[in-house]
Amino acid sequence: MSEDEAKGLQSAFRRKLLMGMAALPAIGLLPRPSLADVPTSVVNTTGLAVTDTEVTVGILHSATGTMAISETGSIESEKLAIEQINAAGGVLGRKIKFIQEDGASDWPTFAEKAKKLLVNDKVAAIMGCWTSASRKAVLPVVEQYNGMLYYPTFYEGLEQSKNVIYTGQEATQQILAGLNWVNKEKGAKSFFFIGSDYIWPRTSNKIARKHVENVLKGKVVGEEYYPLGNTQFNSVINKIKLTKPDVIFTDVVGGSNVAFYKQLKAAGIDLSKQTLLTISVTEDEIDGIGGENIAGAYACMKYFQSLDNPNNKAFVAAFKKMWGEKTVIGDVTQAAYLGPWLWKLTVEKAGSFDVDKVAAASPGVEFKGAPEGYVRIHENHHLWSKTRVGRAKLDGQFELVYETADLVEPDPFPKGYQ
Amino acid sequence: MTDNRFVNKSELIGILLLAALLVVILPLFLDVFRLNLVAKYLTYAFVALGLVICWGYGGILSLGQGVFFGLGGYCMAMFLKLEASSVENTKIQSTPGIPDFMDWNQITALPMFWKPFHSLTFTVIAIVLVPGLFALIIGAAMFKRRVGGTYFAIITQAVAAILTILIVGQQGYTGGINGMTDLRTLKGWDIRPDHAKIVLYFFEVGCLFVCIFIAQFIRHSKLGRILVAMRDKEDRVRFSGYSVANFKIFAFCVSAVFAAIGGAMFALNVGFMSPSFVGIVPSIEMVIYTAVGGRLSILGAIYGTLLVNFAKTSLSESFPELWLFGLGGLFIAVVLAFPNGLAGIWGDYIAPQIARLFNSGNSKPGGWAGKPVADSTPAE
Repeated sequence: MSEDEAKGLQSAFRRKLLMGMAALPAIGLLPRPSLADVPTSVVNTTGLAVTDTEVTVGILHSATGTMAISETGSIESEKLAIEQINAAGGVLGRKIKFIQEDGASDWPTFAEKAKKLLVNDKVAAIMGCWTSASRKAVLPVVEQYNGMLYYPTFYEGLEQSKNVIYTGQEATQQILAGLNWVNKEKGAKSFFFIGSDYIWPRTSNKIARKHVENVLKGKVVGEEYYPLGNTQFNSVINKIKLTKPDVIFTDVVGGSNVAFYKQLKAAGIDLSKQTLLTISVTEDEIDGIGGENIAGAYACMKYFQSLDNPNNKAFVAAFKKMWGEKTVIGDVTQAAYLGPWLWKLTVEKAGSFDVDKVAAASPGVEFKGAPEGYVRIHENHHLWSKTRVGRAKLDGQFELVYETADLVEPDPFPKGYQ
Repeated sequence: MTDNRFVNKSELIGILLLAALLVVILPLFLDVFRLNLVAKYLTYAFVALGLVICWGYGGILSLGQGVFFGLGGYCMAMFLKLEASSVENTKIQSTPGIPDFMDWNQITALPMFWKPFHSLTFTVIAIVLVPGLFALIIGAAMFKRRVGGTYFAIITQAVAAILTILIVGQQGYTGGINGMTDLRTLKGWDIRPDHAKIVLYFFEVGCLFVCIFIAQFIRHSKLGRILVAMRDKEDRVRFSGYSVANFKIFAFCVSAVFAAIGGAMFALNVGFMSPSFVGIVPSIEMVIYTAVGGRLSILGAIYGTLLVNFAKTSLSESFPELWLFGLGGLFIAVVLAFPNGLAGIWGDYIAPQIARLFNSGNSKPGGWAGKPVADSTPAE
């Protein structure tokens, strides 16, 4: 779809879509009794910040510092979801009020602010965190003070908590289907892994290596890690040229991506011929990398802004209306959007804001209005979701080339991959 | 100055006022969450205190205090992490009984250098000795060769950068960028609940006052005078027959040990340690606390640390997207308008006013920021 067509469609449908938006997620709900009548003393027995008309939640992301560029999208989509929920009548008849705190890209600050939200503000839930490091810092806090955290980022797994709902995909959900696809579609047998040096790329590559070696019977011809923020990839690019892998598999994060793809192009590696599969580049990153530097690369995600379904079109339109035409929506931004909705649906299923009841009611909660399509919370508090492969285009969008037929089961402690 | 006691009358009043604030007023008026925040701020006050000795008196600007803060913090965190990683707590891992991040990094046995950290005694000694020795080595290597001033500051920055890269790179052994999280108990005593936070706060305040008295002692001893003399005219001190390098090494080591104690307190109070306290940015922030408070004033540095951190927390709570600008503006304003920081404001404007009010004719104005002759602004 060209840009002009998209705009035409958008303005024509905007009002209708926006109005429909609000109602969409409600389709999955049971016929509701008039929820506002439920007395606060019944739905809130643990002293959370819930009144007869309002309920307070926290938004905890980095609005400043190095991570702000990534986390801003999450803040925006969480605010959008909250506004839509309020427009649709709120949660158990109560409007959501949010308190935003800045984690400042600093992990102890995240822990401090999470504690402030739980102890001082008594928020009923926190939508927040982005990096694994910030989640690891916040996790002991939400467990100690019995909070509820909705965490949006795809991450390395090896974790499960009563107090956390992981709305992003864990490593096996993100990787395995993508590797199967390049193996089948491109006949790929040899892989070169490049990642940033921290826990997520290392764990992801460990899982990918086991899958390549044990399941696909291929081989890994190289595995290299670079410090966060690294901008010199020439030596690894030379190794790639020497080893000639079928697939370059990358989980380089943040600003390093810009240098990596530019240097790859400068070294004459043509991504229309050389298969490259990344699990760390979304529409947000392409904004920085530049479509011309990465066009042709494949990304393995669960959501692309270009997904063609009514939920997503309405979501994209509402997002752009609220935050501007130029904004792009990446995988994590969409996952962050799910947080407030899943929380609302869970609270209404539980009939209570109490964290224990919300945690217990979470498994099985379905959200049919998700932009990525139907999702459901698993017993392990991760989401069942599809894995999708998209091909980067010059305009910075992805073209969907493959999606799993069914939802993939989340498996944060994968047997045989550890 | 012929006064050889390690604390004079006006300083004593200042110390008592600080004690009243930290021991009585703050615990009475703040809830446990805020009090725990004060405890976190005070961990930086140890560093600021060290910087007063090393930078304010010794004239050695170190932009790598985060290194020592980190070393102390990591020693403490290693002990706490080992205790939190009992076989029982970690039974879901492939190798139970080792810290979780080692398991994620396919390490199957506890590394040798971790083993002594099972012992609290060893840990406490290590908190003081490891950073102390490290500072001794850096100090000896630099000052014996007469490397000083800007060059020394740059080298300390480089050390901070190197240590960060080392910690982040060796994530199997150090927890990498995530740091060491989820620290739970100290010798079986849970450090997380509210009552523990209060106990830890008072323990920390106690340690801080011990350090303040040590700093006071150094300042009023002959050693302190030599440091100041050295800062103002190094050659003259050298020609008088003193070994300038040794005094500099000493001041640097003291500041390193103070910073390390602060780091250990941080791990205890916050239950967390990560490389984000080791690098260049936090090291410079710590220098800023000292500058805002007044680098020539022992108590000023502590108030400066409290004020800057308090501003940081409250600005970021009220203006999550703009607070850094406000904070930056505050720094620039203070440093431009008041080169001697808060202590300078007190000493130049407020204390004389108070003295005039209580004019008894015999006491010299000064208060906690009193600027005795020897402490006047350095020549550089």
